[in-house]
Amino acid sequence: MTLLTTVFAAIICTIIWYKTAPKSDMEIGILCWIYWGASLMWLADAIFEYAKIQAEYFTPAPADMLNDLYLGLSVVAFGMIIWLVILLVKDPKGVVKAALFKKKN
Amino acid sequence: MACFLVPAAEAVITTIAAKAIESKEKNPETAEVPFNGTGLETVEKIPFSQKLGWLNKLLWGGCALLAFEHVWHGEIVPYFPFLTGAMNPADAAGMLHEMSTVGVTMSVLVTIVWLGMLAVSSSMEKRVLKTQPAELRRNKG
Repeated sequence: MTLLTTVFAAIICTIIWYKTAPKSDMEIGILCWIYWGASLMWLADAIFEYAKIQAEYFTPAPADMLNDLYLGLSVVAFGMIIWLVILLVKDPKGVVKAALFKKKN
Repeated sequence: MACFLVPAAEAVITTIAAKAIESKEKNPETAEVPFNGTGLETVEKIPFSQKLGWLNKLLWGGCALLAFEHVWHGEIVPYFPFLTGAMNPADAAGMLHEMSTVGVTMSVLVTIVWLGMLAVSSSMEKRVLKTQPAELRRNKG
């Protein structure tokens, strides 16, 4: 469920990135890299898990599924926090700079 | 347990390599290509350091989220040795086994995907550079 949640986040971010490219100031590309990187790593983890428990992998207990979804959503939120911090530090639109420094006329 | 440490180690190496390559790179190759049907535009070939940056971002991004997952599961703790798997020899063996299997697979999978991206982007670049003289001729004619 964590893998699925992250893959969906990666797909949605990639669609948004493509729609707003090439003149996007929002650095959506960062989110794409984060979510795709995590998705690939969890895919590797899932392959090992599947090799261990076989078809049982696809029939998790409802409580486990809910916990994994909770983790998946938390991971997506954590990825967004990383992106937000990078966006505010890079400040491509100069909004933070404008808020912090007033122009002297 | 600590599988993300393998891609993290790879990320450290590739980040250093990208910085070293970037400092040695000369002016990138340029080409004139038709863009959005609005005539020709001069574009730069993506330097290798930037392409290596794609791998860095995939690795660092993935490691950050996986580290979060490990904190969630109580496998990373805020006191020494920071990994519950490294607290006693029996757990350490399990941790090293997981790193050498799952961790290495994670690194290999991400690197294979990146190599695929490299192959696609370089074939696109070659196609653009190949068609460039014809496009230029058509524009001049």
